[in-house]
Order: sequence, then C-alpha cells, then structure tokens
Amino acid sequence: MSIDISQFLDTFYEESFEGLDIMESELLNLDVGEADEEVINTIFRAAHSIKGGSGTFGLNAVADYTHVMETLLDEMRSGQREVTQNAVDVLLRSVDVLRSMLLSLKDNEELNHDTITKTHEELKILLRGENNSSKPTVSDNAETRTAPQEKTSGWTITFKPNADMLQTGNDPVRIIRELDSLGDISVEVNTDQLPELELIDPELSYLSWTIKVSGDVEEGDIRECFEWVEDECELSITADKVESTSIAKSDVAAPVSVPAADERREGDRRKGDRRTSAKSTSKKSAESSSIRVNIDKVDDLINMVGELVITQSMLSQIGDSEEFDNAALERLNDGLTQLEQHTRELQESVMRIRMMPISFAFQRFPRLVHDLSSQLDKKIELVLTGESTELDKTVMEKIGDPLVHLVRNSLDHGIETPQVRLENGKSETGTIELNAFHQGGNIVIEIKDDGAGLNHERILAKGIENGIITTEDKLTHDQINDLIFAPGFSTAEVVSDVSGRGVGMDVVRRNIRALGGTVDVKSEAGVGSVFTIRLPLTLAILDGQLIRVGKETYIVPLISIIESLQVNPEMISSVTGAADVYKLRDDYIPIVRLYDIFGIEADTTDISESLLVVVENEGKKIAICVDELLGQQQVVIKSLETNLKQIDGLSGATILGNGTVALILDISGVMQLYQYSGKTSAVTGQPKIIAA
Amino acid sequence: MAEAAQQSTEQIEVNDSEEDMNEFLTFMLAGEEYGVDILRVLEIKGWDDVTSLPNMPDYIRGVINLRGTIVPIIDLRRRFGLKILEYGPTTVVIVLRVQSRGHADRTMGIVVDGVSDVYQVKTENVKKSPDFGTAVDTEFVRGMATVEEKMVVILNIDHMLNSNELSTVDSLSND
Repeated sequence: MSIDISQFLDTFYEESFEGLDIMESELLNLDVGEADEEVINTIFRAAHSIKGGSGTFGLNAVADYTHVMETLLDEMRSGQREVTQNAVDVLLRSVDVLRSMLLSLKDNEELNHDTITKTHEELKILLRGENNSSKPTVSDNAETRTAPQEKTSGWTITFKPNADMLQTGNDPVRIIRELDSLGDISVEVNTDQLPELELIDPELSYLSWTIKVSGDVEEGDIRECFEWVEDECELSITADKVESTSIAKSDVAAPVSVPAADERREGDRRKGDRRTSAKSTSKKSAESSSIRVNIDKVDDLINMVGELVITQSMLSQIGDSEEFDNAALERLNDGLTQLEQHTRELQESVMRIRMMPISFAFQRFPRLVHDLSSQLDKKIELVLTGESTELDKTVMEKIGDPLVHLVRNSLDHGIETPQVRLENGKSETGTIELNAFHQGGNIVIEIKDDGAGLNHERILAKGIENGIITTEDKLTHDQINDLIFAPGFSTAEVVSDVSGRGVGMDVVRRNIRALGGTVDVKSEAGVGSVFTIRLPLTLAILDGQLIRVGKETYIVPLISIIESLQVNPEMISSVTGAADVYKLRDDYIPIVRLYDIFGIEADTTDISESLLVVVENEGKKIAICVDELLGQQQVVIKSLETNLKQIDGLSGATILGNGTVALILDISGVMQLYQYSGKTSAVTGQPKIIAA
Repeated sequence: MAEAAQQSTEQIEVNDSEEDMNEFLTFMLAGEEYGVDILRVLEIKGWDDVTSLPNMPDYIRGVINLRGTIVPIIDLRRRFGLKILEYGPTTVVIVLRVQSRGHADRTMGIVVDGVSDVYQVKTENVKKSPDFGTAVDTEFVRGMATVEEKMVVILNIDHMLNSNELSTVDSLSND
C-alpha cells in the first residue's frame, strides 16, 4: 500500500466513537411516532461517516453492519418507514454492538460474533418485516437495500488504470472501497492483460475492472472517487436502468459483497487476523490518548507566547545597555512584572488545554437512565445542568465510574416505584438532577434525586450487623448518612446487576479521595438525597500557603485553609491534659502540633507564641500550629511516589524558587496522624507538653 | 574516573575478553570498601542539605531536587547500623538507578564516606557471599570480590533500596 493509512486509524476510531455517542443521544431524543427529521438526519449522518470510514480502512465487518443501520435510517428519513419504539431499541442495541466491535478492533481482540450476528439479524428482520414496500427476499441485505429503490438507477463503470498508475501512489482497491461506501457494488476484474507470473512488474497495473454500483448514487459522487486518477486511466461511467445483479465476485471485491451470516463470521475472523498481524506491534500499550482543543485556546496560547517574546527582548535590551542606572532598574522591574504576568497567563492557558466540558462525562447518563428505568419499571426524568463546566481531562476520566455508581444508586435505591410515589403524594415520575459548577478552586458535582432519601433505621441496623458501629454509638444525622461510605456497607438486600455488589460507596469515596476530592451526602426521608462531589480543577498545580515549622517549610493547600490567626491564650483549653482545643467563635477546634506528629523541632512549643492555621477537610476542622506564615504561591505538584513511596500526611512535594524541596501537606492525612497520635498517647499515658 | 578505571585495569591482570567483565564503582563506608554496578550510577555529588521527611526511619535523610525530580537520599551508615559519622568534605551522595518489579526505574541517592575507585572484575571472580547467619542481612550483598588483595563487598542495590520502608512496590494491593 502506497500510504500507510493505519496512522489515521486512531482518528477514525476517535471520530467513530464520537459519532456513536451522537447517535445514541439523538436516538434517545427521538420521539416515537412523530420523529423530527433533523434528528434522524443527524443519526443518519453519523452512521454514514462510520460506514464510510470503516470501508476505507477495510473494516468490513463494521461497514457491513453499519450499512444495514444506515438503510433503516435512510428509510426513516425519507418517510418510508415509521419510527417505532422497537426500531429505536434495536438501533440503540446496534449502537452498543458497533461500539464493542470498534473497541475490539482497536485493541486487536476477537469480535464477539454471536451478539453481532444476533443484532445484525434483528436489524435485517426489522428491515424486511416492517417495511411494506419491500418484497420478500433472502437474507442478503444487498437485495433488501435495492428493493425500495427500484425506481432509481444504478451505474456501470469501466475502469482501466494506465499501467503506471500505481507509481503515482493511487491504489485501485481503495477506490473500489470508496465506491462501496456509496452503495452496493459488484466488481468484475478483467485479467486479460495479466502477463505470466515471472514477467510481472509489481509496480505496474495490468488489471481493469467493471464495477456496477446499485442504489441511489449521484454520478458526481462516483466521479469524486476517481478524482485523483482521472488522468491516469480509461474511465467510463454509464447509467444503468436495469437492476443490477451480482456478476462475479472477484478476489479484490470479496469483502464488499455481503455473504450470509455464517460466512460473515468467517470473513470477520479473517479480517481480525489480518489486522492483528498488521498492527501487532501497536497493541493496547501503544494506545496514546489525544484531546481535541478549541482553536481559540490555541490562539490564546500563541498570543501569549508572542507577548512573552516581546518581554524577553525588552529585558535583554536592558541587560545589554552599557550603563545601569535607576531608570534602567525601573524598566527592569517593569519588565519582570510583565514577565510574571505573562508566565502566569501562559500557565493558565496551558492548563486550559487540558480542560474539557463535563458534558463528556455526563453524556452517558441519558442512556443509562433510559435503560435502567425500563429495567426497574420506574419513571424517571433526568435533568442535566452546568454541562459546560470545564474540568481537567485526567480528573474527568477518573470521575466517570464513581458518577455512574452514584446515579445507579439513586435510580435503584433512591427513586421509588410509581405506585409508591403516588401513594406518598409525589408525582409518578421521579427526577434525578446532575449539576456541575465551579466553587472556589473546586468543581462541584451534585447528584440529586427526589426519592425516598436514606433510610436511617436500615443504615443503623446494617452498620451494627456489619460491626461498623455498636449499639451504644450515638450518631448524628450526618454521621448516619456518612455510614454508607464505610467499607463493606451495602443496604441492598438482593444483589442486582444494577447496584448492590457490596463494593458500593466506599469504593466511590476512595476513588474520589484519590483524586484529591471529597464526597458527602445530605438526605431527608421522603424528600430525597443529594450527593455532592468536590474535586480539584486540576491535579498538576496547587495554590498553596507556605508555612514554616522550625527549619522546615511546608505547603498547605489554600483551598483547605479557613483562616490563619494569632493565638489568644485565653481561648486555649486543655482537654484531659492530653489534647488542646482552641475556641474560635462558636467552634472548638483541636490544636494540632505539626512538630509533634511529624517528629521535628519547632521554634517554640508554646502555642501562645505561634500562629494557628485553621484548615478544614470533610467538614472537620483542625488548627495547625506553625512558627511562621511565609507567603502564597502556586506550586507544581511533584510526586513522592515516583522515587520513594506515599508518606502519611503528605500529598506530594514541590520545588521552590530557590531550588529546594518543600513538602505539601495532605490535610486529611494530617488529621488521621493527629487522631492516631492522640490515641496512642492516651493508651500509653505519655505525658504531653501542655502549653501555658 | 576514566583514569582510575584505566589504572585498575592495569593493576589487575585482565583477560582479553571483555564480555564477562563487570565494572564497579567502589566507595568507602566505615573503613570497608563496597561496590555497586557502575552502569547504575547516574551521578556523584557532594552532600547538600536535604528536606527531611516526617515519620520516616532515620536512614532516610530526606529528599533533594535533582533537576526537577524529587530524589530520596539514604544514609548507608545508618542503613547498615554503623556508627554515625559527621558529614565531612569527602562525604558524597551517589545517585543510583534502582530497578524494581512492576515499577518504573527509580532514582535514589546514597550517602557514603567517600568514593574510592572503579574496578573491572570478571563475573566469575565475584564470589557468593558466605552465610553470615542472622548477623548480616546477606540479601543486600550480591557477592564478594578480591581486588588488589582487598576485599570488596558488591551490593545488590535493587534489594537494598526496595525494602519495605523505601517502597510500596512489592506489597500487592495499592488500590
């Protein structure tokens, strides 16, 4: 092959998956009975491009499959066929099958032929059975396809490439495949010119073809296929009034015509094999992810770099000047200020490239809700808001599964059945709201349902049963709600495939924590529940407050700081001589001595001489006792795990302006360390230093 | 360094075949000479202040910034339970590449009393270390070699720097 088209394969897959997503969401929008023409058109276009693309890349299993879908859609589009619920369901299933086909092809895995054949048959039955205009045919869809188009003509093309056409980089096979994407074709190859084997020059073309294209195809479209080779071949295209029949199946066109189901299977397998051998080097591991970036963002970046270059030349001019006086110093300062600004803007722009609207994570939910609500016999309306809220791509990829889990839970456990809802004086249809918005440096995602709310009695009973709590524990409303996130807790009495596999919410919380986020739940019996996920906007850069304890500099994430204050000794009280609390307005906040839990030396152990930084995590507050507040700056997070391991109380490290390493505090980790150290000292009865 | 290598090649009688030759960088630690595979040595640098890590064993001195990556520094005297010595002018940090199962290569630094030499030793001349019983953790020792009638302990840095306090790599679930 003259061009290695495999390099475009990844793009094809990416676009196809996008196309499938579009098809799926539009299919869900389709009103049964009176379908919006525009919606059908959108679905049709998506199917058409997948078919075209897969044909070009020789993924005939996909092309064949999509072809039937396309035919069905085409008939819906032209009004020959009514849009029935059955048809929509079959099409939705086909979208799934197509997606899994593409996934398997992408990963060089074996296709699941049973499901493919099954849905393929379903589609064909639909095509035959429900369409009155089609005459009974055998299961060859080529004929089904032509049936409604008897009035339209086919085309006969004779194509004889000049002997040297291959040398210009054109490949007849690709042209024929392209033709195949226009309609059904049958190809006859003429081998008269073919010399003896030993006389063949592999760079010359000896073959000519007669191609019959049937179906509603414009002559222009056919001409377009030959656009590149028109000058290098003898070409004639004639309209063909007679319905085309298969003449011969040449080797070249073998994958083009559609054999019956059993043969298909073989064909697919062979196809799969060929791909495996061709792409075996680029197995899953070579998978590189890419993102699509809005051109505006790139333009912004280029502008910014332009500004940066100007500033740089200005600064170097100052450096070159012979005399360095006060005026030059002033210019230097100006320049540095500009440089700082540009650097910051550049950084922000670069970060924005990684940002994607959360609709990418949301778009799978309409389908999920559609499927599950029919499975569970519930009536549910899904409301999505804030879909354009932007989020880092890495965070987005990792938040998908926890979100699915939460939405499934709301569907399964939250929303009641229609009867129960009516009995409780609610409307029959339940509502699930997904909402995303920015708050401070965080993105907040809310999953809200108007269902039954959490059942406290059941949660408590389950908690006691599983040994998470004891009967003596007195828990607040929120603490009870929080129990559902405890490991090994699942209230589902039956394990269904919707939810309740027992892995439940603790995994959700753990995944979200791993992203540096939090999840909590507010719930009211009979009114509904709201799950709130808070996530950092990005994982790479953090706004930090630099603090000093003794000789060490630490960084506290700015978003967790509530306030920093000077100590008023009267507000300190000591509880049982082991722990100190600080009274801040109406709150009692435990004082955490960082030097104690980190085992380092501080300037002073007298709290009244140090400063307190009040931080919050998951609704809990602690006051960290520090020697000095240094300044605020954005820091680039570097992992400690790369060369060492995760260290309790630290979320990573960064490199400061002077080249030294500063450690970033992990507030929830610090809280755990504090609790742990408190317990051990209480057990061993170690005396604690109590501040005056 | 190259000169040192040259010198030592002359001193030890070298065979013509270079295939089974190993080159070792040796360093001093409490009067003993230890060697590490020279192909694992990334650089040798003087001792500089480190950022200490909380709640870590004392032999992990802390982390440094090595051209943008955070590299942990391990004091080998403390690691081996030897007498602690004030760091002096010859104290150096040898930055090594550590391989471990199921993990990308890691970079770590070890603090030693001073670098000594580079030797070429035939593979067959690296003798298995005798069984010291429980007195010495032979897991860290790859073998012993005699060079110029001195004994050099060849270290297995992958074992030495992958023990549990230094990594979670070998523990199974990391969620």
